[in-house]
Amino acid sequence: MVALTRRDVMAASMGGVIASMLLPGRGAFAAGDTLTIAFNVNIPSFDPTVGLSAVNPTIQAIYRSVFDQYIGQGPDLSWQPGLLTAWGWNDDKTKVWMDVRKGVTWHDGSPFTPEDVVWSLERAAGKDSGNPIQFIWSKIGKFSIDGNRITADVLSFEPTLFMWMGFLTAYVLPKAYYAKVGADGFEKKPIGTGPYMVDQYEANAFVRLKANPNYWGGKPPYDTVVFKFVTDATSRVAEIESGSSDVTLEIPYEEYDRLIKKDGLAGVAQPVSDIGMIFISNVEPMLDKNVRLAAIHAIDKEAIIKKLLRGYGIRIDTLEAPPYTAFDPTIVVAHDPKKSIELLKASGFSKEKPVKFTIRTTRGLKPKDYEMIQAIVGMWRNVGIEADIEVYDIAKHFELRFAHKLGPAAFYNWGNATGDPTNSTGFAMFSFSPHSAWKTKDVDDLIGPLWGEHDEAKRIAGWKAVDKYVADNGLVIPLLQYVQPIVFKKSLAVTANQSGALQPVWIKKA
Amino acid sequence: MALSAVLNRTVMAVATLLGVAIIVFVLIRVVPGDPIAMMIGPGASASDVIALRAHYGLDGSVSSQFLVWFKSALVGDFGISITMRRDVLTILGEHLPATIELAGLALLVAILIGGTVAVVGTLTRGRRSGAIVDAVNGIFLALPDFIWALIFVLLLGVAVPLLPLTGRIDPSVQIEFGTRFFLAESLLTGRFKVASDILAHMAMPTMALALPLAAVIGRVLKQALTEAMVQDYVLLARIKGMSELRLILGEALRNAVGPTLALTGVQATFLIGGTVVVERIFAYPGIGNLAIDAVINRDFPLIQGLVLLFGLIFILINVLVDLAVVALNPRLRYG
Repeated sequence: MVALTRRDVMAASMGGVIASMLLPGRGAFAAGDTLTIAFNVNIPSFDPTVGLSAVNPTIQAIYRSVFDQYIGQGPDLSWQPGLLTAWGWNDDKTKVWMDVRKGVTWHDGSPFTPEDVVWSLERAAGKDSGNPIQFIWSKIGKFSIDGNRITADVLSFEPTLFMWMGFLTAYVLPKAYYAKVGADGFEKKPIGTGPYMVDQYEANAFVRLKANPNYWGGKPPYDTVVFKFVTDATSRVAEIESGSSDVTLEIPYEEYDRLIKKDGLAGVAQPVSDIGMIFISNVEPMLDKNVRLAAIHAIDKEAIIKKLLRGYGIRIDTLEAPPYTAFDPTIVVAHDPKKSIELLKASGFSKEKPVKFTIRTTRGLKPKDYEMIQAIVGMWRNVGIEADIEVYDIAKHFELRFAHKLGPAAFYNWGNATGDPTNSTGFAMFSFSPHSAWKTKDVDDLIGPLWGEHDEAKRIAGWKAVDKYVADNGLVIPLLQYVQPIVFKKSLAVTANQSGALQPVWIKKA
Repeated sequence: MALSAVLNRTVMAVATLLGVAIIVFVLIRVVPGDPIAMMIGPGASASDVIALRAHYGLDGSVSSQFLVWFKSALVGDFGISITMRRDVLTILGEHLPATIELAGLALLVAILIGGTVAVVGTLTRGRRSGAIVDAVNGIFLALPDFIWALIFVLLLGVAVPLLPLTGRIDPSVQIEFGTRFFLAESLLTGRFKVASDILAHMAMPTMALALPLAAVIGRVLKQALTEAMVQDYVLLARIKGMSELRLILGEALRNAVGPTLALTGVQATFLIGGTVVVERIFAYPGIGNLAIDAVINRDFPLIQGLVLLFGLIFILINVLVDLAVVALNPRLRYG
């Protein structure tokens, strides 16, 4: 009999561990037709209609892979048929109608029906649903179904209703399946009608999606898509550079420039519907129009974009980025430091006797956010504005804004994938919105009538007039439209999405 | 006497956890950051906000919210995560094993490396090679875990891509585990290819966590061994002809390990805390990574559960260390 000592056993165990480490580890399991995306956010919940994740624009890339929206949206922000093939208002806009797509099945093979659409809309409209956009969905009700046509009463006219049907929380969920498994069961095994089905989900790690072979929009380009949740930008750069992932996004612009020069990698950097801006609140010293306008004219936006963001950005002078419906290129607020000095002088301020206030900003939330504010503060100093910078996290920003305590100036980024002015100028400047910072009656009087304006041309013209008023009075400081950098392997062809949602259906083999 | 000590420790532990629960509950509701403000739609009215607060149980006073939470916690219900919309206890149960495996492996590696450094350092004390060992150990001591993490990412993830950079397991592996202890289960069930993949994913975060702790262990143990090596019983053993290595391992170590063990226990609690940053860098799905998202999103129920869990872990580690020290040193036993 062989006598084993304690030393022998320990040596054998250690040898086993080492031997198992020498077995093929990296990439040993990768299947053939798989697209791996190093993604910048986690997906905490699979219900795309409630909670914080439902209003996160980036997560829409995953939601749109698994679920379909009432109305689809192309990468150029154009509206397309989704699960609704046609839609509209009646003549006096007291009713809406929607035609539901035929021949669609849920991932479990059960048929998709108009009842699913009605149930999803009613659920979204419920006060107790936890849907953050309930205020839109509650504007229609009393649904009726006739074949594949749904009609509903307009309880309160909302001109952007059908745009919201392709935007946040606008997803159709399976009525029968949800009733059967409940909220918990749905989180564990979500099903949709989308191009991909959830195959495996590991919270804070990855989600693996499998192609839906019965997808009404045609077979997706890849059999398998893996979203790896890599929230650290350095790690995302490492993922793409090492070849561990095929695509990544939202990396520093200097890393983007470096990576696209490497063999085997390519990139696309396209403007998206996100904008950077500085909120101004109606508190001192911002109640002085001269101070506000001086602050705006002192900012050299082109220099900031060129030097801090390496040219990746488009300057804007209103809250309407170029792709937005109410964008007016004639509204221009020039960089004019001399004018700033004159304006401040008229109010008794100068470089020797500067106007003082605090500007709040995040740090690291958006590309070079803090550095941009540092540069702006420097520009302000040259004309007679002395601003202290206070750094905070985004959660505090939301709380302060909600309580109307943002202070004189605060940096923020605003997303509006609908491109409609209600969702940018509207909610940013209307005092009754919890998202606005400048709250005065003159602006409310301009905006108020536009919410329910039936005439579309008149509505858009009205919003342009609001933007002109806001710009002439310096009620907000628009800075730039962001550019989203995406780096990918050269074997791929990536169509960038102007909404910023990196959807795998638009990533194909080159 | 031993029973009374156990009871005493238990009462202290419960009181500590209760105190932590109250402090954290109040603090996270008082400091800036409101999850409702973060998710409220732009067109929401005041009544919409009220409805949303009620939906998430955030509409009462802090004290009434605490009472509701406390009553539920007593029966094991720690609430529903605001962001993940699932039971907090279940979420913690899913993520904790990953951190236990990572921290456990890091501790083991740290002890092996630190122990080796201490033994080698003691063997070579007074010589130039000993000074080199001390210098290298000093460098390891100076670099915190997140710096090691970034070094490994650059060296072993990008420059010479030997190891997977992120995650706990290859996403293409079909995860069919009975428990969430993926590494242990795959080893015990003979799925060595899967175990190899998991170990490959754990290698860099493990080393990032282990090296600073190894340096501490190496220094403290070497100091203790050096002191023990001049004791009479060691001199006697040396006279009897024992080799230097046998003297260290057979005679000096058992007396030197006590203080090192106590310090290792304290450092191990820091190791658990260190997993927060390291897990984030390596996108490793443990409770550290979970904690960062919970704080960013002001997910109150999840933050509360995580803090209690961290508190419980620290208490358990201290108990285990105390027991180990007593086991190794008969002079400390009583009863």
